[in-house]
Amino acid sequence: MKASTFTIATILAAASQSTMAAELDLKITNLTKGMHFTPVLITAHNTEDKLFEVATEASSALQAMAEGGDIAALMAQATAAGSDIAANPAGGLLTPATSAMTTLTTTDGNDYLSVTAMLLPTNDAFAGLDSWKIPTEAGTYTVYLNAYDAGTEQNNELVVEGSGAPGVPGIPAAPGGDAGTGGAGIVSNDTNINVHIHPGNLGDDDLTAGNSDVSNTVHRWLNPVAKLTVTVK
Amino acid sequence: MSSINNLKKSALVIMLATALAACSDNDDNDPIIEEPVIEEPIVVEPVISEFTITFSNLTAGQPLSPLSVIAFEDEAPWTFGAPASVGLEMLAESGANDEYLLFEDALAAVSAEGGIGPGETTTVTISAESLETLNLSFAAMLGNTNDTFTGLSLVDVSTLEVGGSITRTTVAYDAGTEANTETAETVPGPAASGEGFNPIRDDTADIIAMHPGIVSNQDGLSTSVLGVEHKFDNPVSKIVITRTQ
Repeated sequence: MKASTFTIATILAAASQSTMAAELDLKITNLTKGMHFTPVLITAHNTEDKLFEVATEASSALQAMAEGGDIAALMAQATAAGSDIAANPAGGLLTPATSAMTTLTTTDGNDYLSVTAMLLPTNDAFAGLDSWKIPTEAGTYTVYLNAYDAGTEQNNELVVEGSGAPGVPGIPAAPGGDAGTGGAGIVSNDTNINVHIHPGNLGDDDLTAGNSDVSNTVHRWLNPVAKLTVTVK
Repeated sequence: MSSINNLKKSALVIMLATALAACSDNDDNDPIIEEPVIEEPIVVEPVISEFTITFSNLTAGQPLSPLSVIAFEDEAPWTFGAPASVGLEMLAESGANDEYLLFEDALAAVSAEGGIGPGETTTVTISAESLETLNLSFAAMLGNTNDTFTGLSLVDVSTLEVGGSITRTTVAYDAGTEANTETAETVPGPAASGEGFNPIRDDTADIIAMHPGIVSNQDGLSTSVLGVEHKFDNPVSKIVITRTQ
């Protein structure tokens, strides 16, 4: 009799925990040596309303973020879905090997974290985290993020002003000021139009000609590209 | 255990002395001579923790310089996002760790006997006093690069029990102290035998970041002395820390 009461109490406690609101301290670190992150977006959401999903086609909101760093549409989508939002903790670009901190209070049922931030200079690469379950136990947790290709634009690796608009080919900017011009454009037979692990920038060693406008010694990366430190209070 | 024994002995000495003093009280005529109570000092011997570390080179073609292991309490010998110390710069540019191991906040600092080639494993042991906070830090150069190193900034071993172990893989870091030219003049490893340490810091940013990987002369860097066999991806090494005492 006692045992069954205890079991029910335990189950109830576990059930209530899984939907409990959480107080989170968040720290996002750009781990790369030469890539800038556009405004970082972090959301806490339910099982459905994630920012992106690997191996599926990118939403137009994700495309706007991945090609131009514009998070307005993703934020509107997240707001409509009742997600909790921590937007742009760096107040602009997150430079290489630096961190930005923010806090997030989640509402009941928003038990998962997702993160996006475009990598510059790239055509449509982004650091991403898809639906990481927020632990119910207080503590500090570390999550590593890989670089994804939104699958929405060919990686021609040409710096073109105004190319941050969805559908306009090119890299909108190289904030480090260390990219070149005059490239002929990389021609790739990449046909994967779903979100996938990014194969990396190719770049070249000629900043005034060659195929790519980005530098092969500066603008490449290896995964992981970002670290998310989550403190559950 | 030994300190408890010492404590018991001291207590015994005090009890005996008190008993003797009590006996002498019985004789009315004799002056009371109090025997000096000799207390044995309580010696608390420091508890020493010993860790045996195995270090495996997971790369295709990068020799790793002798692994440096530093035990410390608070300040790590290197930190992601911060500039490298001169000691780390020397380690990351040349593989030599003499200066690095002189880290002033080290409780103990040791080097593996030698470097290891791709696929090889080495073992090194470090002992340090068991403090409430005890951390280990690791660093080794990827020899056929300008200033790449791998390791772990901080592993908390305070609560690791004897016989217990921690397994970690490591990524490649760029010390931020030398531009990644990959030229024969600047790569000290067997691929080129170029210059090692140079105090000039000419990298894009003087901070420790993750390494973007080497390009090689087969992948678009015409001035590189490195070939595709020197390319690496993460992780680059495996470290197993076992507390052996």
